[in-house]
Amino acid sequence: MDKQVKAILKKYDNRKEFLISILQDVQAIHHYLPREALQQISDALGIPMSRIYSVATFFKAFSLEPRGKHLINVCVGTACHVRGSVKVLESIEREIGIKPGETDSGLKFSLDAVNCLGCCALGPVMVVDGAYHGKLSTAKAVEILKACD
Amino acid sequence: MGRLKSPGELATLRQAILAKRDPNRPCITVCSGTGCSAYGSEKVFATFEAALSPLKGKIDLRRTGCHGFCERGTMVVIYPDEVCYVQVQPEDVPAIVASVRNGKILERLLYVDPVTGKKITLEPEIPFYRNQQRLIFGNNRRIDPQSIEDYIALGGYDALAKALNGMTPEQIVGEIKKSNLRGRGGAGFPTGTKWETVRNAPGEPKYVIVNCDEGDPGAYMDRSLMEGNPHSVLEGLVIGAYAIGSHEGFIYIRNEYPLAVENVGIALRQAEEYGLLGENILGSGFNLKVVINRGGGAFVCGESTALMASLEGQVGEPRAKYIHTAVSGLWEKPSCLNNVETFANVPLIITNGADWYRGIGTERSKGTKIFSLVGKVNNTGLVEVPMGTTLREIIYNIGGGIREGKRFKAVQTGGPSGGMIPEQHLDLPIDFDELTRVGSMMGSGGMIVMDESTCMVDIARYFISFLEEESCGKCVPCREGLLHMREILDDICEGRGKPGDIEVMMRLSATMKDAALCALGQTAPNPVLSSIHYFKDEYEAHINEKRCPAKVCKALITYSIIDEKCPGCGICVKNCPQEAIESQGKKKPAVIHSENCVRCGICYDVCRLDAIEVE
Amino acid sequence: MVTINIDGRDIQAKEGSTVFEVARSRGILIPALCNHEAVKPYGACRLCMVEITTKDGRSRLVTSCLYPVEEGLKVNTKSEKVLSVRRGVIELLLSRCPQVREIQELARSLGVTKPPFKARNKDEDCILCGLCVRVCAEVVGANAISLANRGTKKEAAPPFHETAEACIGCLSCAFVCPTGAIKAEDEKGYRVIPRWGVKLKLKRCKACGYHFAPERQLEYMIEKENLPSDSFDHCPACRAKMGQ
Repeated sequence: MDKQVKAILKKYDNRKEFLISILQDVQAIHHYLPREALQQISDALGIPMSRIYSVATFFKAFSLEPRGKHLINVCVGTACHVRGSVKVLESIEREIGIKPGETDSGLKFSLDAVNCLGCCALGPVMVVDGAYHGKLSTAKAVEILKACD
Repeated sequence: MGRLKSPGELATLRQAILAKRDPNRPCITVCSGTGCSAYGSEKVFATFEAALSPLKGKIDLRRTGCHGFCERGTMVVIYPDEVCYVQVQPEDVPAIVASVRNGKILERLLYVDPVTGKKITLEPEIPFYRNQQRLIFGNNRRIDPQSIEDYIALGGYDALAKALNGMTPEQIVGEIKKSNLRGRGGAGFPTGTKWETVRNAPGEPKYVIVNCDEGDPGAYMDRSLMEGNPHSVLEGLVIGAYAIGSHEGFIYIRNEYPLAVENVGIALRQAEEYGLLGENILGSGFNLKVVINRGGGAFVCGESTALMASLEGQVGEPRAKYIHTAVSGLWEKPSCLNNVETFANVPLIITNGADWYRGIGTERSKGTKIFSLVGKVNNTGLVEVPMGTTLREIIYNIGGGIREGKRFKAVQTGGPSGGMIPEQHLDLPIDFDELTRVGSMMGSGGMIVMDESTCMVDIARYFISFLEEESCGKCVPCREGLLHMREILDDICEGRGKPGDIEVMMRLSATMKDAALCALGQTAPNPVLSSIHYFKDEYEAHINEKRCPAKVCKALITYSIIDEKCPGCGICVKNCPQEAIESQGKKKPAVIHSENCVRCGICYDVCRLDAIEVE
Repeated sequence: MVTINIDGRDIQAKEGSTVFEVARSRGILIPALCNHEAVKPYGACRLCMVEITTKDGRSRLVTSCLYPVEEGLKVNTKSEKVLSVRRGVIELLLSRCPQVREIQELARSLGVTKPPFKARNKDEDCILCGLCVRVCAEVVGANAISLANRGTKKEAAPPFHETAEACIGCLSCAFVCPTGAIKAEDEKGYRVIPRWGVKLKLKRCKACGYHFAPERQLEYMIEKENLPSDSFDHCPACRAKMGQ
């Protein structure tokens, strides 16, 4: 029985319609959705596990696998695309050895391609652990990753 | 702070707030929108805070919402004169503070007009701003989004007071209908008609929902409004709820906008505190409860029925709308869903009247529209203009023309549901119907400018790939159609295009347009159809000649060294991730081995002598 | 009651019914794959699309399984547009599942013999109609499976793509599946449903020893309907012989 999950369920009054918000809060704490947490949610909300699985796999915000220490979000929105985000993404993929949606085997990095961070003037943009890096070149992107411990 | 119990109390509060503020006292404002945050505006603000603490009472400091001129962040504007400093760094803070104390201008931080070369001192005179009409967006730069009193000081919540105190719900619906306000989320449906339908629909309770799922890549207008002036949207929401008879509201914000979630949350709490939300609003007897719900990362949830499914805790799968959501929506109850910008227009219409509103815009598209002008344009940012402004005026007079002196090729509007508009239509007045007429659409307001170095086939492929990722997968035409469309476009871009590919894509497009379940699938073919219509020659070059005229599609280009320009410095050799470049020794040009080259473009980026060419 | 017109025929229809229901009740054939009378309509396959003209003169294509009848509605189930769209949809389905007999037959009846696109998996037999999931949820109430992922990766699956713990082995899903994609085998006292990762012990008839149904299914029925716990100690044949 995960106390943190219990607290989250209480925050939303065990209401079924807040399933997605509940999953987001759990994801924020554990950086993924542990199976035990999902079972706890299923029991508390009275929602069948099959439906929770359906929701957890439908939305991109959720991960059922543990994620890496550093979260990299590369913007592949249209404006960044037009300014060359594809090359930046490829250089990152090459550097870490994973593709968007994946986590490296050492659980150091998780990479995601996201659509529009809303900083189109700085394109190409990526966010690493919440910090924004703009006007990226392939070299600059790799440099930033190399600086992550 | 006691809850306001009447419009009179609101007016009194406003007087009290203004009395405490000296309009002549210098105030340094720092833009704190996400764009400027990415430039480090938080640090700039913190540095100012420290520098100004001994000067409390002499110089004010305020964080503001997004100014919209994202190309020149971090923006610092000094009131009351509105002196504008651009690209401010923390190191500039002492100099700025000194200049404010001395009443001098810091020339080196002023905006320089790239056309005239002249420095411009005041923000409103910068061409980017001067050519706009910032009715909705303008207040972002004058308020701290986390301060309800800033909003009230500017006249905020007066529209709500007028609506609750002097108008019946039917009158409000009538005024919105008369104004011809059309939805700003993309479809442009008449807002007044929607409100009337919900009002008259049988069933309780009725729900009112703000759609802030802004999913079009490249569009971030709603984000800046919700981050920068959440009360303007909230005020419109309360007026709307009152008009339709709803006491329960939802604000659906996409997960990727944490600052918007935070600032809207603060706004809701403050509005409750001040009696502008919750029970007995302004003593009128009207109650409205509003909660924030976050999206889970799905573009399709911007579609009304998918959004409502997601609000119910289900997967975001759309359903048929033969019975409109206005009649049977959230939990099968009458629901009014409107876009952020649509709600932000409401207080203006109530305050100034429908006739005033109709004086702005074109025959069938009234008011202003906020666009996100991005891509290959000089002045990237958020732009608000009256409907009817031409594309040329936006891209050139406000946008400052194409970057790096390149040639305009097309502007994409309406996101993945829209189309490419080429040079011949640059004088098109922007309007819901005009944009549809040329094969695009207004959409939420994304305006992506492309130049000669953009490959239109690649852009079509980009949009189809995006939609393939985002399709909910429920219906056959969208799920299977996007898959095959993307495969064909991949083939074309990678040199495997075949004669007949265009016809196959046209047929797929017809099936998707006619048979897909929701607007995502039905409009998905638009980028393909419009690019084929206007840029067929590019498709034919890719398919028949295996050539990419814009030199973008990797499989169809080669990188090579321009011998005359290469001094053999070896930088490219060192940086090539595939070790595909061979050094021939000092003072001799290097050689790129095409077989090993993956067209990553790193050599092109690192070469400082322009010695690499792409063909 | 309202009067609607389908393919030139005036028909009396009960309010609240759908065009598809009315057509079917009068023997008018509209193809459909994701529809079943036991569950609510879903609108996923798009094969049942028809052309309607409402009283105000507006014409458009709609899925008949979901469109409610209204006074003066005109329906055309085989106009040029309708046939063209049906062909477009079946081409996509045939491209997805080229080996599935039911799809091949339906395609042939619409004049489509070759799939225009290459299948990602030529042995694919699931068309994602969702009937299995919907029946398990709406009729059986076990909610053992669901549609996971989205878009082109969508698939009917047990939780975590492992075992459907809540499955009772009733095979209602297999019964409604239009393509026969759900296979099950009863062997050596167990029912195995590979697609859902299910292996359930079968109940042995106390009289004749025949393994006739999963124990889990019988327990589920006993609990759901509040039946005496020995209700299913014997197989249906023996129960009949015993006069139950």
